[in-house]
Amino acid sequence: MTKDDCKKLVLDIIADIAPDEDLTNVRPDVRLRDQLQLDSMDFLDIVMELRKRHGIEVPEADYLQLASLDSCAEYLTPKFNALPARG
Amino acid sequence: MNTRSHYDVVIIGAGMAGLAAGIRLAHFGREVCIFERHNAVGGLNGFYSRDGRRYDVGLHALTNYVPPGVKGTPLTKLLRQLRIDRDELALRGQVGSRIAFGPGVADLRFTNDFQMLEAEVARAFPAQIDGFRALVAAVRAHDEVSLDAAPASAREVVRRHLSDPLLEDMLFCPVMFYGSPTERDMDFSQFVILFKALFLEGFARPAEGVRRILRVLLAKYREAGGERRMKCGVRRIVLRDGRAAGVELDDGALITADHVLSSAGAPETEALLSAGGLPTPRPTAPGRLSFVETISVLDRPPAALGWAGDTIVFFSEGRRFDYVCPAAPVDVRSGVICLPNNFAYEPGEALAEGWFRVTSLARPEDWAAWPEPEYRARKQEWFGAVQASARRFLPPVPDADLAAATVATDMFTPRTITRFTGHQRGAVYGSGVKHRRGLTAAPNVYLCGTDQGFLGIVGAMLSGISMANHHILQRG
Repeated sequence: MTKDDCKKLVLDIIADIAPDEDLTNVRPDVRLRDQLQLDSMDFLDIVMELRKRHGIEVPEADYLQLASLDSCAEYLTPKFNALPARG
Repeated sequence: MNTRSHYDVVIIGAGMAGLAAGIRLAHFGREVCIFERHNAVGGLNGFYSRDGRRYDVGLHALTNYVPPGVKGTPLTKLLRQLRIDRDELALRGQVGSRIAFGPGVADLRFTNDFQMLEAEVARAFPAQIDGFRALVAAVRAHDEVSLDAAPASAREVVRRHLSDPLLEDMLFCPVMFYGSPTERDMDFSQFVILFKALFLEGFARPAEGVRRILRVLLAKYREAGGERRMKCGVRRIVLRDGRAAGVELDDGALITADHVLSSAGAPETEALLSAGGLPTPRPTAPGRLSFVETISVLDRPPAALGWAGDTIVFFSEGRRFDYVCPAAPVDVRSGVICLPNNFAYEPGEALAEGWFRVTSLARPEDWAAWPEPEYRARKQEWFGAVQASARRFLPPVPDADLAAATVATDMFTPRTITRFTGHQRGAVYGSGVKHRRGLTAAPNVYLCGTDQGFLGIVGAMLSGISMANHHILQRG
Protein backbone atom coordinates (compact mmCIF):
# COMPACT_ATOMS: atom_id res chain seq x y z
CA MET A 1 0.00 0.00 0.00
CA THR A 2 1.20 3.50 -0.85
CA LYS A 3 0.63 6.58 1.27
CA ASP A 4 -1.86 7.83 -1.30
CA ASP A 5 -3.83 4.58 -1.02
CA CYS A 6 -3.84 5.06 2.72
CA LYS A 7 -5.16 8.62 2.48
CA LYS A 8 -7.90 7.37 0.20
CA LEU A 9 -8.97 4.78 2.78
CA VAL A 10 -9.07 7.41 5.52
CA LEU A 11 -11.12 9.72 3.31
CA ASP A 12 -13.52 6.86 2.57
CA ILE A 13 -14.06 6.43 6.29
CA ILE A 14 -14.61 10.15 6.84
CA ALA A 15 -17.08 10.23 3.95
CA ASP A 16 -19.15 7.55 5.66
CA ILE A 17 -18.96 9.10 9.11
CA ALA A 18 -19.62 12.67 7.97
CA PRO A 19 -21.52 12.57 4.68
CA ASP A 20 -22.49 16.20 5.23
CA GLU A 21 -18.85 17.32 4.83
CA ASP A 22 -17.43 18.31 1.44
CA LEU A 23 -14.22 16.27 1.03
CA THR A 24 -13.29 17.33 -2.49
CA ASN A 25 -10.64 19.83 -1.44
CA VAL A 26 -9.21 18.44 1.77
CA ARG A 27 -5.59 19.57 2.07
CA PRO A 28 -3.38 16.71 3.24
CA ASP A 29 -0.98 18.94 5.16
CA VAL A 30 -3.65 20.81 7.19
CA ARG A 31 -5.22 19.41 10.33
CA LEU A 32 -8.52 17.70 9.54
CA ARG A 33 -10.13 19.49 12.47
CA ASP A 34 -9.18 22.87 10.96
CA GLN A 35 -10.87 22.26 7.64
CA LEU A 36 -13.73 19.92 8.52
CA GLN A 37 -16.18 20.00 11.36
CA LEU A 38 -15.11 16.83 13.14
CA ASP A 39 -15.47 16.43 16.90
CA SER A 40 -14.01 13.92 19.31
CA MET A 41 -16.89 11.51 18.67
CA ASP A 42 -16.02 11.59 14.96
CA PHE A 43 -12.31 10.95 15.58
CA LEU A 44 -13.21 8.03 17.81
CA ASP A 45 -15.29 6.68 14.96
CA ILE A 46 -12.36 6.94 12.56
CA VAL A 47 -10.33 4.83 14.98
CA MET A 48 -13.12 2.30 15.38
CA GLU A 49 -13.76 2.07 11.64
CA LEU A 50 -10.03 1.43 11.06
CA ARG A 51 -10.28 -1.47 13.45
CA LYS A 52 -13.55 -2.77 12.03
CA ARG A 53 -12.69 -2.50 8.33
CA HIS A 54 -8.97 -3.09 8.29
CA GLY A 55 -8.01 -4.66 11.62
CA ILE A 56 -5.76 -1.69 12.41
CA GLU A 57 -5.41 -0.82 16.10
CA VAL A 58 -4.71 2.78 17.07
CA PRO A 59 -3.96 3.08 20.79
CA GLU A 60 -5.30 6.17 22.50
CA ALA A 61 -1.79 7.56 22.99
CA ASP A 62 -1.43 7.71 19.18
CA TYR A 63 -4.68 9.55 18.35
CA LEU A 64 -2.69 12.72 17.62
CA GLN A 65 -1.06 10.90 14.71
CA LEU A 66 -4.42 11.11 12.93
CA ALA A 67 -4.46 14.92 12.90
CA SER A 68 -3.99 15.42 9.16
CA LEU A 69 -4.16 13.19 6.09
CA ASP A 70 -0.36 13.38 5.77
CA SER A 71 0.19 12.34 9.37
CA CYS A 72 -2.44 9.59 8.98
CA ALA A 73 -0.52 8.27 5.98
CA GLU A 74 2.84 8.42 7.79
CA TYR A 75 1.44 6.58 10.78
CA LEU A 76 -1.00 4.13 9.19
CA THR A 77 0.77 3.02 5.99
CA PRO A 78 3.39 0.91 7.82
CA LYS A 79 0.59 -0.58 9.90
CA PHE A 80 -1.33 -1.53 6.75
CA ASN A 81 1.80 -3.01 5.19
CA ALA A 82 2.49 -5.03 8.33
CA LEU A 83 -0.93 -6.70 8.21
CA PRO A 84 -0.84 -10.39 7.33
CA ALA A 85 -2.03 -10.91 3.74
CA ARG A 86 -5.75 -11.51 3.61
CA GLY A 87 -7.39 -14.53 2.06
CA MET B 1 -33.76 -17.27 15.07
CA ASN B 2 -32.91 -15.02 18.02
CA THR B 3 -32.61 -17.96 20.34
CA ARG B 4 -29.02 -17.57 21.42
CA SER B 5 -28.38 -17.72 25.11
CA HIS B 6 -25.29 -15.49 25.24
CA TYR B 7 -24.61 -11.97 23.93
CA ASP B 8 -21.77 -9.53 24.32
CA VAL B 9 -24.37 -6.95 25.32
CA VAL B 10 -27.98 -7.26 26.48
CA ILE B 11 -29.99 -4.05 26.13
CA ILE B 12 -33.13 -3.66 28.22
CA GLY B 13 -35.83 -1.68 26.39
CA ALA B 14 -36.46 -0.90 22.72
CA GLY B 15 -37.07 2.83 23.08
CA MET B 16 -35.04 5.50 21.34
CA ALA B 17 -32.06 5.08 23.68
CA GLY B 18 -31.94 1.29 23.49
CA LEU B 19 -32.26 1.25 19.71
CA ALA B 20 -29.55 3.88 19.27
CA ALA B 21 -27.18 2.05 21.60
CA GLY B 22 -27.97 -1.18 19.76
CA ILE B 23 -27.12 0.33 16.37
CA ARG B 24 -23.72 1.51 17.61
CA LEU B 25 -22.85 -1.78 19.25
CA ALA B 26 -24.02 -3.95 16.36
CA HIS B 27 -22.28 -1.70 13.81
CA PHE B 28 -18.99 -2.28 15.58
CA GLY B 29 -19.42 -6.02 15.66
CA ARG B 30 -20.83 -6.66 19.11
CA GLU B 31 -23.31 -9.50 19.48
CA VAL B 32 -26.23 -7.57 20.87
CA CYS B 33 -29.88 -8.24 21.66
CA ILE B 34 -32.59 -5.82 22.80
CA PHE B 35 -35.23 -7.25 25.14
CA GLU B 36 -38.54 -5.37 25.18
CA ARG B 37 -41.47 -6.26 27.40
CA HIS B 38 -44.01 -4.42 25.24
CA ASN B 39 -45.15 -5.67 21.85
CA ALA B 40 -44.09 -2.42 20.14
CA VAL B 41 -40.87 -0.46 19.92
CA GLY B 42 -40.48 3.18 20.88
CA GLY B 43 -41.14 3.16 24.61
CA LEU B 44 -42.37 6.59 25.55
CA ASN B 45 -42.16 7.61 21.91
CA GLY B 46 -44.20 4.83 20.41
CA PHE B 47 -47.47 4.48 18.60
CA TYR B 48 -50.53 2.30 18.79
CA SER B 49 -53.43 1.41 16.54
CA ARG B 50 -57.08 1.74 17.40
CA ASP B 51 -59.96 1.28 14.95
CA GLY B 52 -57.49 1.20 12.08
CA ARG B 53 -55.97 4.55 12.99
CA ARG B 54 -52.46 5.04 14.27
CA TYR B 55 -51.84 7.28 17.23
CA ASP B 56 -48.44 8.56 18.30
CA VAL B 57 -47.57 8.45 21.98
CA GLY B 58 -45.25 11.05 23.35
CA LEU B 59 -43.75 12.76 20.35
CA HIS B 60 -45.31 16.14 19.54
CA ALA B 61 -42.30 17.26 17.62
CA LEU B 62 -38.70 16.28 17.27
CA THR B 63 -36.77 18.98 19.08
CA ASN B 64 -33.15 19.92 18.27
CA TYR B 65 -34.09 20.46 14.64
CA VAL B 66 -31.51 22.34 12.60
CA PRO B 67 -31.60 22.85 8.83
CA PRO B 68 -29.16 21.02 6.56
CA GLY B 69 -25.67 22.50 6.72
CA VAL B 70 -25.76 23.40 10.42
CA LYS B 71 -23.17 21.22 12.14
CA GLY B 72 -21.99 20.39 15.61
CA THR B 73 -25.46 20.20 17.16
CA PRO B 74 -27.03 17.14 18.82
CA LEU B 75 -29.07 16.26 15.71
CA THR B 76 -25.97 16.27 13.50
CA LYS B 77 -23.99 14.22 16.01
CA LEU B 78 -26.82 11.73 16.18
CA LEU B 79 -27.12 11.36 12.40
CA ARG B 80 -23.36 10.85 12.06
CA GLN B 81 -23.09 8.39 14.91
CA LEU B 82 -25.96 6.27 13.61
CA ARG B 83 -24.96 6.68 9.93
CA ILE B 84 -28.41 8.08 9.14
CA ASP B 85 -28.82 10.28 6.09
CA ARG B 86 -30.98 13.18 7.23
CA ASP B 87 -33.27 12.74 4.23
CA GLU B 88 -34.24 9.34 5.63
CA LEU B 89 -36.03 11.04 8.51
CA ALA B 90 -37.94 13.41 6.20
CA LEU B 91 -38.07 16.09 8.88
CA ARG B 92 -40.28 19.09 8.18
CA GLY B 93 -39.98 22.28 10.24
CA GLN B 94 -42.72 23.78 12.37
CA VAL B 95 -44.99 26.59 11.23
CA GLY B 96 -44.53 28.44 14.50
CA SER B 97 -45.20 28.02 18.20
CA ARG B 98 -46.32 30.16 21.09
CA ILE B 99 -46.06 30.55 24.83
CA ALA B 100 -49.41 31.92 26.03
CA PHE B 101 -50.17 33.07 29.58
CA GLY B 102 -53.51 34.39 30.73
CA PRO B 103 -55.26 34.12 28.38
CA GLY B 104 -54.52 37.69 27.49
CA VAL B 105 -51.61 38.33 29.89
CA ALA B 106 -48.75 37.80 27.44
CA ASP B 107 -47.90 35.80 24.34
CA LEU B 108 -44.44 35.02 22.96
CA ARG B 109 -44.18 33.50 19.51
CA PHE B 110 -41.19 31.48 18.43
CA THR B 111 -40.12 29.62 15.31
CA ASN B 112 -37.07 27.69 14.20
CA ASP B 113 -35.41 31.08 13.69
CA PHE B 114 -34.27 32.20 17.14
CA GLN B 115 -34.46 35.87 16.16
CA MET B 116 -38.23 35.57 16.35
CA LEU B 117 -38.19 34.77 20.07
CA GLU B 118 -35.63 37.48 20.73
CA ALA B 119 -37.80 40.04 18.91
CA GLU B 120 -40.87 38.86 20.81
CA VAL B 121 -39.14 39.24 24.18
CA ALA B 122 -37.99 42.72 23.14
CA ARG B 123 -41.57 43.60 22.17
CA ALA B 124 -43.38 42.17 25.21
CA PHE B 125 -40.65 42.72 27.84
CA PRO B 126 -38.57 45.69 26.65
CA ALA B 127 -37.00 46.18 30.09
CA GLN B 128 -35.78 42.55 30.12
CA ILE B 129 -34.19 42.23 26.71
CA ASP B 130 -30.61 42.90 27.81
CA GLY B 131 -30.95 40.33 30.58
CA PHE B 132 -32.49 37.89 28.14
CA ARG B 133 -29.54 38.30 25.76
CA ALA B 134 -27.12 37.74 28.63
CA LEU B 135 -29.03 34.60 29.62
CA VAL B 136 -28.84 33.33 26.06
CA ALA B 137 -25.09 33.98 26.02
CA ALA B 138 -24.74 31.97 29.27
CA VAL B 139 -26.79 29.15 27.77
CA ARG B 140 -24.68 29.09 24.62
CA ALA B 141 -21.46 29.00 26.63
CA HIS B 142 -22.51 26.16 28.93
CA ASP B 143 -21.19 22.64 28.32
CA GLU B 144 -24.41 20.82 29.08
CA VAL B 145 -23.28 17.36 28.03
CA SER B 146 -20.26 17.16 30.29
CA LEU B 147 -20.52 13.93 32.25
CA ASP B 148 -19.13 15.63 35.35
CA ALA B 149 -21.06 18.92 35.52
CA ALA B 150 -21.85 20.12 39.06
CA PRO B 151 -25.59 20.57 39.65
CA ALA B 152 -26.93 24.14 39.79
CA SER B 153 -30.42 25.63 40.15
CA ALA B 154 -31.71 26.81 36.78
CA ARG B 155 -34.08 29.25 38.52
CA GLU B 156 -31.13 30.89 40.29
CA VAL B 157 -29.13 31.24 37.09
CA VAL B 158 -32.11 32.62 35.16
CA ARG B 159 -32.93 35.12 37.95
CA ARG B 160 -29.40 36.48 37.73
CA HIS B 161 -30.39 37.74 34.28
CA LEU B 162 -34.16 38.29 34.42
CA SER B 163 -36.10 40.21 37.06
CA ASP B 164 -39.64 39.79 35.71
CA PRO B 165 -41.20 36.60 37.13
CA LEU B 166 -43.71 36.48 34.27
CA LEU B 167 -40.98 36.21 31.65
CA GLU B 168 -39.09 33.73 33.82
CA ASP B 169 -42.14 31.46 34.07
CA MET B 170 -42.93 31.88 30.38
CA LEU B 171 -39.47 30.57 29.50
CA PHE B 172 -39.62 27.75 32.03
CA CYS B 173 -43.07 26.62 30.82
CA PRO B 174 -42.02 24.99 27.51
CA VAL B 175 -38.64 23.93 28.88
CA MET B 176 -40.21 22.10 31.81
CA PHE B 177 -43.10 20.61 29.86
CA TYR B 178 -40.71 19.15 27.29
CA GLY B 179 -38.37 17.45 29.66
CA SER B 180 -38.04 18.45 33.28
CA PRO B 181 -38.11 15.46 35.60
CA THR B 182 -38.20 17.75 38.65
CA GLU B 183 -40.87 20.03 40.05
CA ARG B 184 -40.59 23.84 40.17
CA ASP B 185 -36.91 24.03 39.35
CA MET B 186 -34.41 21.98 37.39
CA ASP B 187 -30.72 21.45 37.03
CA PHE B 188 -29.16 24.20 34.91
CA SER B 189 -27.49 21.70 32.56
CA GLN B 190 -30.89 20.18 31.84
CA PHE B 191 -32.36 23.64 31.33
CA VAL B 192 -29.58 24.35 28.81
CA ILE B 193 -30.16 21.10 26.94
CA LEU B 194 -33.85 21.92 26.57
CA PHE B 195 -33.45 25.66 25.92
CA LYS B 196 -31.11 24.85 23.04
CA ALA B 197 -33.33 22.01 21.82
CA LEU B 198 -36.50 24.13 21.78
CA PHE B 199 -35.45 27.71 21.10
CA LEU B 200 -31.92 27.84 19.66
CA GLU B 201 -32.60 24.80 17.51
CA GLY B 202 -36.25 23.99 16.87
CA PHE B 203 -39.17 21.69 16.10
CA ALA B 204 -39.71 19.35 13.18
CA ARG B 205 -41.72 16.26 12.43
CA PRO B 206 -41.84 13.65 9.70
CA ALA B 207 -45.29 13.48 8.10
CA GLU B 208 -45.61 9.93 9.37
CA GLY B 209 -44.72 10.99 12.89
CA VAL B 210 -42.67 8.85 15.22
CA ARG B 211 -43.16 5.72 13.07
CA ARG B 212 -40.81 7.12 10.46
CA ILE B 213 -38.04 7.61 13.00
CA LEU B 214 -38.55 4.19 14.54
CA ARG B 215 -38.57 2.53 11.13
CA VAL B 216 -35.24 4.09 10.23
CA LEU B 217 -33.73 3.03 13.56
CA LEU B 218 -35.03 -0.52 13.24
CA ALA B 219 -33.70 -0.85 9.70
CA LYS B 220 -30.24 0.36 10.76
CA TYR B 221 -30.23 -2.00 13.71
CA ARG B 222 -31.26 -4.97 11.61
CA GLU B 223 -28.75 -4.18 8.86
CA ALA B 224 -25.99 -3.98 11.45
CA GLY B 225 -26.87 -7.45 12.67
CA GLY B 226 -28.62 -6.55 15.93
CA GLU B 227 -31.26 -8.85 17.35
CA ARG B 228 -34.36 -8.01 19.32
CA ARG B 229 -36.97 -9.94 21.21
CA MET B 230 -40.36 -8.40 21.75
CA LYS B 231 -42.88 -9.25 24.49
CA CYS B 232 -39.85 -10.47 26.28
CA GLY B 233 -39.29 -8.54 29.48
CA VAL B 234 -36.37 -8.83 31.85
CA ARG B 235 -37.45 -9.69 35.39
CA ARG B 236 -34.10 -9.63 37.09
CA ILE B 237 -30.43 -9.09 36.46
CA VAL B 238 -28.53 -12.21 37.41
CA LEU B 239 -25.41 -11.48 39.43
CA ARG B 240 -22.27 -13.40 40.16
CA ASP B 241 -19.57 -11.99 42.45
CA GLY B 242 -21.13 -8.53 42.29
CA ARG B 243 -21.14 -8.43 38.48
CA ALA B 244 -23.97 -9.05 36.08
CA ALA B 245 -23.74 -12.53 34.61
CA GLY B 246 -26.83 -11.97 32.49
CA VAL B 247 -30.57 -11.49 32.73
CA GLU B 248 -33.54 -13.67 33.57
CA LEU B 249 -36.52 -13.12 31.28
CA ASP B 250 -40.18 -13.02 32.27
CA ASP B 251 -40.57 -16.60 31.02
CA GLY B 252 -37.71 -17.77 33.23
CA ALA B 253 -35.14 -18.17 30.44
CA LEU B 254 -31.59 -17.17 31.29
CA ILE B 255 -29.50 -15.08 28.91
CA THR B 256 -25.86 -14.52 29.75
CA ALA B 257 -24.04 -11.34 28.75
CA ASP B 258 -20.75 -9.52 29.26
CA HIS B 259 -22.53 -6.16 29.65
CA VAL B 260 -26.07 -5.06 30.40
CA LEU B 261 -27.23 -1.64 29.16
CA SER B 262 -30.56 -0.70 30.69
CA SER B 263 -32.91 1.97 29.40
CA ALA B 264 -35.57 0.91 31.92
CA GLY B 265 -34.91 3.89 34.19
CA ALA B 266 -32.78 4.22 37.31
CA PRO B 267 -35.29 3.06 39.99
CA GLU B 268 -36.48 0.32 37.63
CA THR B 269 -32.93 -0.91 36.92
CA GLU B 270 -32.13 -0.80 40.62
CA ALA B 271 -35.19 -3.00 41.20
CA LEU B 272 -33.87 -5.49 38.60
CA LEU B 273 -30.50 -5.55 40.37
CA SER B 274 -32.18 -5.88 43.74
CA ALA B 275 -34.22 -8.82 42.46
CA GLY B 276 -30.91 -10.40 41.53
CA GLY B 277 -29.57 -9.91 45.05
CA LEU B 278 -27.65 -6.62 44.69
CA PRO B 279 -29.50 -3.81 46.44
CA THR B 280 -28.51 -0.22 45.65
CA PRO B 281 -27.27 1.51 48.82
CA ARG B 282 -29.08 4.77 48.16
CA PRO B 283 -31.91 3.94 45.78
CA THR B 284 -33.10 6.52 43.24
CA ALA B 285 -36.58 7.89 43.94
CA PRO B 286 -39.00 7.62 41.03
CA GLY B 287 -40.02 10.87 39.34
CA ARG B 288 -43.15 12.75 40.29
CA LEU B 289 -44.25 14.15 36.97
CA SER B 290 -46.74 12.53 34.71
CA PHE B 291 -49.28 13.64 32.17
CA VAL B 292 -52.58 12.99 30.49
CA GLU B 293 -53.02 13.71 26.82
CA THR B 294 -56.29 14.20 24.99
CA ILE B 295 -56.33 13.40 21.30
CA SER B 296 -59.06 14.49 18.88
CA VAL B 297 -59.06 13.28 15.31
CA LEU B 298 -60.75 15.79 13.02
CA ASP B 299 -62.35 15.45 9.59
CA ARG B 300 -60.55 18.60 8.46
CA PRO B 301 -57.19 20.19 9.16
CA PRO B 302 -57.08 22.44 12.25
CA ALA B 303 -56.50 25.36 9.86
CA ALA B 304 -60.07 24.91 8.62
CA LEU B 305 -61.23 25.70 12.16
CA GLY B 306 -59.04 28.80 12.28
CA TRP B 307 -56.11 27.10 13.98
CA ALA B 308 -53.55 27.62 11.23
CA GLY B 309 -50.81 29.62 12.93
CA ASP B 310 -49.72 27.39 15.79
CA THR B 311 -47.75 24.17 15.78
CA ILE B 312 -47.33 23.93 19.56
CA VAL B 313 -48.83 26.22 22.22
CA PHE B 314 -47.49 26.11 25.78
CA PHE B 315 -50.14 27.70 27.99
CA SER B 316 -50.65 28.62 31.61
CA GLU B 317 -53.50 30.32 33.39
CA GLY B 318 -52.79 33.73 34.88
CA ARG B 319 -49.25 35.04 35.34
CA ARG B 320 -47.53 32.08 36.97
CA PHE B 321 -46.75 28.53 35.97
CA ASP B 322 -46.82 25.69 38.52
CA TYR B 323 -44.89 22.67 37.37
CA VAL B 324 -45.72 20.26 40.17
CA CYS B 325 -47.48 16.97 40.58
CA PRO B 326 -51.07 18.21 40.98
CA ALA B 327 -53.32 17.70 44.02
CA ALA B 328 -56.15 16.72 41.66
CA PRO B 329 -56.13 13.97 39.00
CA VAL B 330 -55.25 16.62 36.38
CA ASP B 331 -54.07 20.23 36.57
CA VAL B 332 -55.90 21.79 33.64
CA ARG B 333 -54.55 25.28 34.31
CA SER B 334 -51.53 24.67 32.15
CA GLY B 335 -50.64 22.40 29.29
CA VAL B 336 -49.30 21.91 25.80
CA ILE B 337 -51.42 22.03 22.65
CA CYS B 338 -50.03 20.21 19.62
CA LEU B 339 -51.45 20.56 16.12
CA PRO B 340 -49.34 18.07 14.11
CA ASN B 341 -50.85 19.23 10.83
CA ASN B 342 -49.09 22.57 11.23
CA PHE B 343 -45.63 21.62 10.02
CA ALA B 344 -44.29 22.70 6.63
CA TYR B 345 -44.95 19.40 4.86
CA GLU B 346 -44.00 18.93 1.24
CA PRO B 347 -46.71 18.72 -1.40
CA GLY B 348 -48.47 15.38 -1.12
CA GLU B 349 -47.41 14.84 2.48
CA ALA B 350 -50.33 16.62 4.17
CA LEU B 351 -51.89 14.49 6.89
CA ALA B 352 -55.11 12.75 5.84
CA GLU B 353 -56.93 13.86 8.99
CA GLY B 354 -56.72 16.72 11.43
CA TRP B 355 -55.23 16.26 14.89
CA PHE B 356 -55.67 18.26 18.07
CA ARG B 357 -53.73 17.09 21.11
CA VAL B 358 -53.52 18.58 24.58
CA THR B 359 -51.15 17.47 27.35
CA SER B 360 -51.55 18.45 31.01
CA LEU B 361 -49.96 17.48 34.31
CA ALA B 362 -51.62 14.58 36.10
CA ARG B 363 -51.38 12.79 39.45
CA PRO B 364 -50.39 9.20 38.73
CA GLU B 365 -51.73 7.64 41.96
CA ASP B 366 -55.33 8.42 40.97
CA TRP B 367 -55.04 7.09 37.45
CA ALA B 368 -53.24 3.94 38.61
CA ALA B 369 -55.73 3.12 41.38
CA TRP B 370 -59.13 3.44 39.71
CA PRO B 371 -60.80 0.20 38.70
CA GLU B 372 -61.44 -0.07 34.96
CA PRO B 373 -65.04 1.29 34.81
CA GLU B 374 -64.19 4.30 36.95
CA TYR B 375 -60.96 4.83 35.02
CA ARG B 376 -62.93 5.02 31.79
CA ALA B 377 -65.51 7.39 33.29
CA ARG B 378 -62.80 9.68 34.68
CA LYS B 379 -61.06 9.74 31.33
CA GLN B 380 -64.21 11.05 29.73
CA GLU B 381 -64.74 13.62 32.48
CA TRP B 382 -61.21 14.99 32.34
CA PHE B 383 -61.03 14.89 28.56
CA GLY B 384 -63.63 17.66 28.41
CA ALA B 385 -61.98 19.72 31.14
CA VAL B 386 -58.51 19.53 29.58
CA GLN B 387 -59.70 20.53 26.11
CA ALA B 388 -61.92 23.34 27.38
CA SER B 389 -59.03 24.83 29.33
CA ALA B 390 -56.63 24.61 26.39
CA ARG B 391 -59.05 26.10 23.88
CA ARG B 392 -59.04 29.39 25.84
CA PHE B 393 -55.57 29.89 24.33
CA LEU B 394 -56.56 29.22 20.71
CA PRO B 395 -58.70 31.29 18.37
CA PRO B 396 -62.32 30.65 19.44
CA VAL B 397 -64.22 27.81 17.80
CA PRO B 398 -67.84 27.08 18.81
CA ASP B 399 -68.22 23.82 20.75
CA ALA B 400 -70.70 22.55 18.17
CA ASP B 401 -68.22 23.14 15.31
CA LEU B 402 -65.43 21.24 17.05
CA ALA B 403 -67.81 18.42 17.94
CA ALA B 404 -69.04 18.21 14.36
CA ALA B 405 -65.45 18.03 13.07
CA THR B 406 -64.36 15.36 15.57
CA VAL B 407 -64.40 11.82 14.19
CA ALA B 408 -62.55 10.02 16.99
CA THR B 409 -61.02 10.74 20.37
CA ASP B 410 -58.64 9.01 22.69
CA MET B 411 -56.77 9.89 25.83
CA PHE B 412 -53.71 8.52 27.48
CA THR B 413 -52.95 8.78 31.16
CA PRO B 414 -50.15 7.95 33.61
CA ARG B 415 -51.53 4.41 33.57
CA THR B 416 -50.92 4.18 29.82
CA ILE B 417 -47.42 5.59 30.25
CA THR B 418 -46.54 2.97 32.83
CA ARG B 419 -47.82 0.30 30.46
CA PHE B 420 -45.73 1.57 27.55
CA THR B 421 -42.57 2.50 29.40
CA GLY B 422 -42.52 0.49 32.61
CA HIS B 423 -41.69 3.74 34.42
CA GLN B 424 -42.91 3.70 38.00
CA ARG B 425 -45.62 6.32 38.63
CA GLY B 426 -45.92 7.00 34.89
CA ALA B 427 -42.92 9.30 35.30
CA VAL B 428 -42.56 10.55 31.74
CA TYR B 429 -39.17 12.17 32.23
CA GLY B 430 -37.94 9.61 34.70
CA SER B 431 -36.36 10.25 38.05
CA GLY B 432 -35.45 13.68 39.38
CA VAL B 433 -31.94 12.39 40.00
CA LYS B 434 -29.92 11.78 36.86
CA HIS B 435 -26.92 9.49 36.57
CA ARG B 436 -24.72 11.22 34.03
CA ARG B 437 -22.07 8.52 33.93
CA GLY B 438 -24.68 5.80 33.71
CA LEU B 439 -23.20 3.83 36.58
CA THR B 440 -25.08 1.38 38.79
CA ALA B 441 -24.26 -0.88 41.75
CA ALA B 442 -22.89 -3.49 39.33
CA PRO B 443 -19.73 -2.58 37.36
CA ASN B 444 -20.97 -3.98 34.04
CA VAL B 445 -24.54 -2.68 34.22
CA TYR B 446 -25.05 0.81 32.78
CA LEU B 447 -28.01 3.14 32.45
CA CYS B 448 -29.01 4.90 29.26
CA GLY B 449 -32.09 6.89 28.30
CA THR B 450 -33.98 9.47 30.26
CA ASP B 451 -32.41 8.70 33.65
CA GLN B 452 -28.91 9.18 32.27
CA GLY B 453 -29.97 12.75 31.71
CA PHE B 454 -29.86 13.81 28.07
CA LEU B 455 -33.45 14.88 27.35
CA GLY B 456 -35.83 14.87 24.44
CA ILE B 457 -35.87 12.17 21.80
CA VAL B 458 -32.62 13.32 20.25
CA GLY B 459 -31.21 13.37 23.77
CA ALA B 460 -32.50 9.86 24.43
CA MET B 461 -30.75 8.58 21.32
CA LEU B 462 -27.54 10.46 22.17
CA SER B 463 -27.68 8.93 25.63
CA GLY B 464 -27.77 5.42 24.18
CA ILE B 465 -24.91 6.33 21.83
CA SER B 466 -22.76 7.94 24.55
CA MET B 467 -23.17 5.12 27.03
CA ALA B 468 -22.47 2.47 24.39
CA ASN B 469 -19.36 4.41 23.30
CA HIS B 470 -18.11 5.25 26.76
CA HIS B 471 -18.65 1.99 28.61
CA ILE B 472 -18.34 -0.62 25.90
CA LEU B 473 -16.86 0.46 22.56
CA GLN B 474 -14.10 2.70 23.90
CA ARG B 475 -12.91 -0.09 26.14
CA GLY B 476 -11.99 -2.02 23.03
